[in-house]
Amino acid sequence: MRHILSLLLENESGALSRVAGLFSARGYNIEALSVAPTEDPTLSRMTIVTSGSDDVIEQITKQLNKLIDVVKVFDLNEGRYIERELMLVKVRAEGADREEIKRTADIFRGRVIDVTDRTYTIELTGPRDKLDAFLEAIDNSLILETVRTGASGIGRGEWILKV
Amino acid sequence: MRLTGAEIAIQCLVEEGVPYVFGYPGGAVLHIYDALFNQDKLRHILVRHEQAALHAADAYARATGKPGVALVTSGPGVTNAITGIATAYMDSIPMVIISGQVPTPAIGLDTFQEVDTVGITRPCVKHNFLVKNVDDLASTMKKAFYVATSGRPGPVLVDIPKDISQHITEYSYPKTVSMRSYNPVIKGHSGQIKKAVQMLMEAKRPMIYVGGGAILGDATQLVTKLVRDLGYPCTNTLMGLGAYPATDPQFVGMLGMHGTYEANLAMQHCDVLLAVGARFDDRVIGNPQHFFVEGRRIIHIDIDPSSISKRVRVDVPIVGNIADVLNEMVKLVEESPVAVDQLALKQWWQQINTWRERQCLKYANSTEVIKPQYVIEKLYEVTQGDAIITSDVGQHQMWAAQYYKFDKPRRWLNSGGLGTMGFGLPAAMGAQLAFPDMTVACVTGEASIQMCIQELSTCKQYHLPVKVVNLNNRYLGMVRQWQEILHGNRYSESYMDALPDFVKLAESYGHVGMRIENPADVEGALKEAFALKDRVVFLDFLTDQTENVFPMVKAGAGLTEMLLGAEDL
Repeated sequence: MRHILSLLLENESGALSRVAGLFSARGYNIEALSVAPTEDPTLSRMTIVTSGSDDVIEQITKQLNKLIDVVKVFDLNEGRYIERELMLVKVRAEGADREEIKRTADIFRGRVIDVTDRTYTIELTGPRDKLDAFLEAIDNSLILETVRTGASGIGRGEWILKV
Repeated sequence: MRLTGAEIAIQCLVEEGVPYVFGYPGGAVLHIYDALFNQDKLRHILVRHEQAALHAADAYARATGKPGVALVTSGPGVTNAITGIATAYMDSIPMVIISGQVPTPAIGLDTFQEVDTVGITRPCVKHNFLVKNVDDLASTMKKAFYVATSGRPGPVLVDIPKDISQHITEYSYPKTVSMRSYNPVIKGHSGQIKKAVQMLMEAKRPMIYVGGGAILGDATQLVTKLVRDLGYPCTNTLMGLGAYPATDPQFVGMLGMHGTYEANLAMQHCDVLLAVGARFDDRVIGNPQHFFVEGRRIIHIDIDPSSISKRVRVDVPIVGNIADVLNEMVKLVEESPVAVDQLALKQWWQQINTWRERQCLKYANSTEVIKPQYVIEKLYEVTQGDAIITSDVGQHQMWAAQYYKFDKPRRWLNSGGLGTMGFGLPAAMGAQLAFPDMTVACVTGEASIQMCIQELSTCKQYHLPVKVVNLNNRYLGMVRQWQEILHGNRYSESYMDALPDFVKLAESYGHVGMRIENPADVEGALKEAFALKDRVVFLDFLTDQTENVFPMVKAGAGLTEMLLGAEDL
């Protein structure tokens, strides 16, 4: 099953490679990983999208907790959460396609952020499924380039992940 | 006090009460060696290869319980040390390794003797640090010792660039350390402990399985008390030998791939299993699917949460310091309103005793050729079971584990997790330094010993009178055994041709060498060797080339699917 893990870790050089190294060393999956410093510059917040059986996910969280640089680990799937991902897509936008792509982007609440005579660059935010659905909705042969950030996740309601 | 980084590094070791540092100098650590030269509180032991520095420091830690310290230079110094670091990591040995690094402005430029030490050691250390500012050095050293020795212990590496060791700063050693990201659990959950004791008291066929964690956590007296108070059978893992006295009638022998028939069967057929500081690894329980028994309940005490339910699902996990948990358990057992079901226990012991009657460790001795098991039995007698025994890896290691009855903890030092050939001799040096008055013997084979044989020179320099018991069967014995059993007798590259004359070799290093070819001479040779208290003696026993280690559970097989002897092949 797909899980989203939220981590707080020391914002130190090498911390990211400890996490990435753990996943490769123990054969765990990483579907996506995103990391950036928090409002407290000594801490980074990381979101890892992974998958595995309950036993595997339990081991992953335990092993992550064991890393000295990791301050906190939380499996967002244990509660209600919000997941967002940013995607930038460059598409071939000529002739009849130009209007069609614009309309599709509007439906998905995407924004065209760069334009040339022959292309659009579209910015789209949402859960993974929505971004996947957008890509399916436009003609595959028109897609020139996609960049995705990987998911960021946060718990719903008053619950917070803090040191 | 203003000191250089090099002086700070040394001063921190002194503050930590480190008596010995095992190492090898080189370009990047010259300032640190200079600081060593100018002091007399810390003794440096110059090994002949960095791997040996790590093993010796590791064994010092295993024998004493205090952290071992090694010092190596950058690049090849570190890469040579990796095997030793990984060995310590797999067996959870507290160590601090100081490595030199090229100067900070040169890092990343493919400088001479540069290697990404923090990167290359990351998967085999508990933690590591690269010190980029001399002001951080003392606090980093403090953290290194704290992390290495607390929680589940392990090796911690501090990488010090050459310029940092030269920079000067105001020095004071921190008294305390606190890390928001590292707070190992110490106290076990009392509700879980109560539940565990209740389960233990109600058991009809109980079994207690004790691993290296009980030794690392200095909990062996409590293990012994709990086992005796309950009257239950007890087994030790390879790493746990000595945690419960081997000569005690409640001890059913080591378990696992080469464990006893009775220990392995009791593991499988018990109804309540208490695991103490053990991790159900592949060499211990075999195939986890086969190990699973419907209805058997498992209690698992471990300081590391990630050890729990890793290979085997457990019913009552207790995360905490083993000594504290056992202390509480012993009290609860004493106060328990429920008494042990003595009738059921008696029947269980009868069952175990019928398994014991198989005498699975019995072997056919010979007057023609030296049986390796016989050498170990005689070694046990001659040293009165009171030596520190180190070993390398292979058949000799298993025979030592099976036939030397360890009654005390920290007397059996071997590489259980990584299985590092070459560990034995340097380990014996570390143990001998820790306990200069004790008898230290390295049980080895002609293949393993050659992986760190250069350390005979270190033994000479520091007058470390260890005894080398070489079970020389002219084969990579364990490889040959697997090839015989699993690969149709195709002995691919497992014969050690062109062996040196070990007697002459020992003599050339300034030691005593003895070759023993006749079973009748085994005991006399051992007596003679161990009487030479101040000499290294290399005993080269020419043993039976065809002898195999039994019982044996094939890799991937179930724990009770044992081969008990040649007749099962």
